[in-house]
Amino acid sequence: MLSRTADNLFWLARYVERADFLARVIDATQRLSTLPTAYASTGTEWESALESSGAAEGYRARYETIEAARVVEFLTFSTENPSSIRNCLEFARVNARAVRTALTIETWEAINGAWIELKKFEKTSLGKGSYDREELSRFLDFVKKTSLDYDGTAYRTMLRNDAYWFSRLGIYIERADNTARILDVKYHVLLPEDEEVGGSLDYFQWASILRAVSALTAYHWVYRETLKPWKIADLLILKKEMPRSLISCYDNICHFLDQIAGAYGHNGAAQRHAHLVMERLTKATTKEIFHIGLHEFITAFVEDNSLLGQTISEQYLLN
Amino acid sequence: MQEDREPVCFDEMTLPDGKIRPVYEKIAHWLANTPSSFLSARHAQAELLFRRIGITFAVYGDKDATERLIPFDIIPRLLDGGEWARLETGLIQRVKALNMFLADIYGAQEILKAGRIPADLVHGNPQFRPEMVGCKVPHDIFVHIAGIDLVRIGENDFYVLEDNVRTPSGVSYMLENREVMMRLTPDLFAEHRVAPVENYPDMLLASLRSVAPVNVAREPVIAVLTPGQYNSAYYEHSFLADKLGVELCEGRDLLVEDDVVYMRTTEGTKRVDVLYRRIDDDFLDPKAFRADSIIGVPGLMRAYLAGNVTLANAVGTGVADDKAIYTYMPEIIDFYLGEPAILKNVPTWRCREPDAYAYVRDHLGELVVKEVNGSGGYGMLVGPHASLAERETFAAKLARNPENFIAQPTLALSTCPTFFESGIAPRHVDLRPFVLTGSTGVKVVPGGLTRVALKEKSLVVNSSQGGGTKDTWIIEGSAQRQSQTQT
Repeated sequence: MLSRTADNLFWLARYVERADFLARVIDATQRLSTLPTAYASTGTEWESALESSGAAEGYRARYETIEAARVVEFLTFSTENPSSIRNCLEFARVNARAVRTALTIETWEAINGAWIELKKFEKTSLGKGSYDREELSRFLDFVKKTSLDYDGTAYRTMLRNDAYWFSRLGIYIERADNTARILDVKYHVLLPEDEEVGGSLDYFQWASILRAVSALTAYHWVYRETLKPWKIADLLILKKEMPRSLISCYDNICHFLDQIAGAYGHNGAAQRHAHLVMERLTKATTKEIFHIGLHEFITAFVEDNSLLGQTISEQYLLN
Repeated sequence: MQEDREPVCFDEMTLPDGKIRPVYEKIAHWLANTPSSFLSARHAQAELLFRRIGITFAVYGDKDATERLIPFDIIPRLLDGGEWARLETGLIQRVKALNMFLADIYGAQEILKAGRIPADLVHGNPQFRPEMVGCKVPHDIFVHIAGIDLVRIGENDFYVLEDNVRTPSGVSYMLENREVMMRLTPDLFAEHRVAPVENYPDMLLASLRSVAPVNVAREPVIAVLTPGQYNSAYYEHSFLADKLGVELCEGRDLLVEDDVVYMRTTEGTKRVDVLYRRIDDDFLDPKAFRADSIIGVPGLMRAYLAGNVTLANAVGTGVADDKAIYTYMPEIIDFYLGEPAILKNVPTWRCREPDAYAYVRDHLGELVVKEVNGSGGYGMLVGPHASLAERETFAAKLARNPENFIAQPTLALSTCPTFFESGIAPRHVDLRPFVLTGSTGVKVVPGGLTRVALKEKSLVVNSSQGGGTKDTWIIEGSAQRQSQTQT
């Protein structure tokens, strides 16, 4: 297939996944910030939302103070924030439109339909910058549904060939990056077993992390006990059955890279690098991770993950 | 006063005495018995379908509406099989002659030597490509895809309004309109025997394969070359690539090495043999034509002239659909085929001729004046509908450069019933059938794109100027034959 087509499919998937993550972060932050200070509210919830979305720098360049309404606007409808939900959905559609022929009609309709819907939301008071909480939650639901539609139609209708494999790679690389980012921003509340800081006051922070990666219920099913920070780290990093964990993302990444290598009859730097990261995750334990430091571990992972993105580009997308 | 100037037009459904023309009987009955709320609901449904499929087009110079739907009218336009058969024969004749004309002017130039058309019309034509002189294209076919615009002014009175032999567009609307109509009004299809158009992509693919460079021994690799997603016809480019099952390439997806064209793929480079290109000559290759083109492929022209890739349509076809050459089409058909033209030309004043210019200047209020190289309805004056000021501005433009213009009488284009929320009303229409030429002959799919001027009394049907489209039905009757082939 054309390199550009693969590139468009890869980025289409990434932007949809990113929009979904942003919606979840906003949703979780919104809940956290409305709790009484005595429970969890530290007043910095929106700042961490900006941090985990990678939008903090852009925001600070424009505004001096962190205000909920502004942050929400910046993360949702702002045209100035390259990673606002609005822009993610626009870039997703631009990429989809460029490869219209590589998508099934159902997948195209999911993306194009979302864009039409977004245009309607833009005309509401929320779209015009006012912090309408009810409208906001409808909007966030719509964004989450968009990623489900995209994912579902792709899964159900696309041929299992390189077009599908590059799309899936986009999803999992973006997802790994998102999970890693939220862990990185919140690592200070996730402390090892033997340290007792913050106590149960951090409970709502932990819940909010899980909510952002839609893993709150999953946690209870897996561990059958109350939230413990090291278990949250375990779930989001090392549990294969958790679809947003780093290891699950890499399991998929390796799988789809292997499919591509099989079809093209050639292994390359991308396959080697992905398997290396996977091996590290497979061998790792939470004990070790907390020993070298969660922050250090995550930072190294984020770098590895973005290196993989570059390697895939060089190997396939920029021919 | 305005009323007085309105010509009486031929309505394709209802005759002046109120009788319904036979081909429209069932449609008339359907319209009479269908509540307007039903039509209205279908109309809305059609719009939704088009919007979701993403059939939009971009309007140049309109920054808020970068993507707009071409309005679709749910009342089909009908032609009977006999009418179509005559048109089809005429279209095949015309496209054959156009190809022979192009092969000649880039070859021996017999028609110029015989003095049948003025040599300066060819050599002085901005669309004439000297690079192509002496270039042999596979099977002498220059125009693989033609869109011939026809208008009707009476029961048996069809005229060719213009020939489009560069990169004619609109065929995706012909195909999608049919799909949407079949979804919305299955009962109507059951009552009519409508000739299918869905095999157009197959016919196109066969034509393109048949003109691959002769030295290609393996299965030829075909691709569509588009200027990209901001082009007004991008939807059509992607639609056709999809239906053909070939890659949709932008200039940056292609590269030329040792005069061979390759596309960049995830598995390395892959040779391309036939490019169905939807980029104009000027932008095709920055090394050969406009150096500032960023949508072209550097070196493409060299590869083409070396015979390593076929371009459809060929480079330099624009010289044949020029509005000045158009006026010579009867002579061109006679010269190459020794036959009288089956499809009539609209009587045309060539403003390059002093007498004609003087006439046009004095009758601007009655004429349609067009730029010789214009398209899309831009740069034209519809005299009867223009204000005095508009006419004066235009007269000045005309005076500066008369050879750049032609003029034609304001034709009383036929009308077809068209749906509006306020009721059904007649609107002017034209027809663009698509004519394909391959090594095995010239073929026309039975139908075409009917464009309709939605504004009352408007004669401009271009989608960029507020026109809409209709599905075009060729109704098979006893007179109907299979789609004709002529070699």
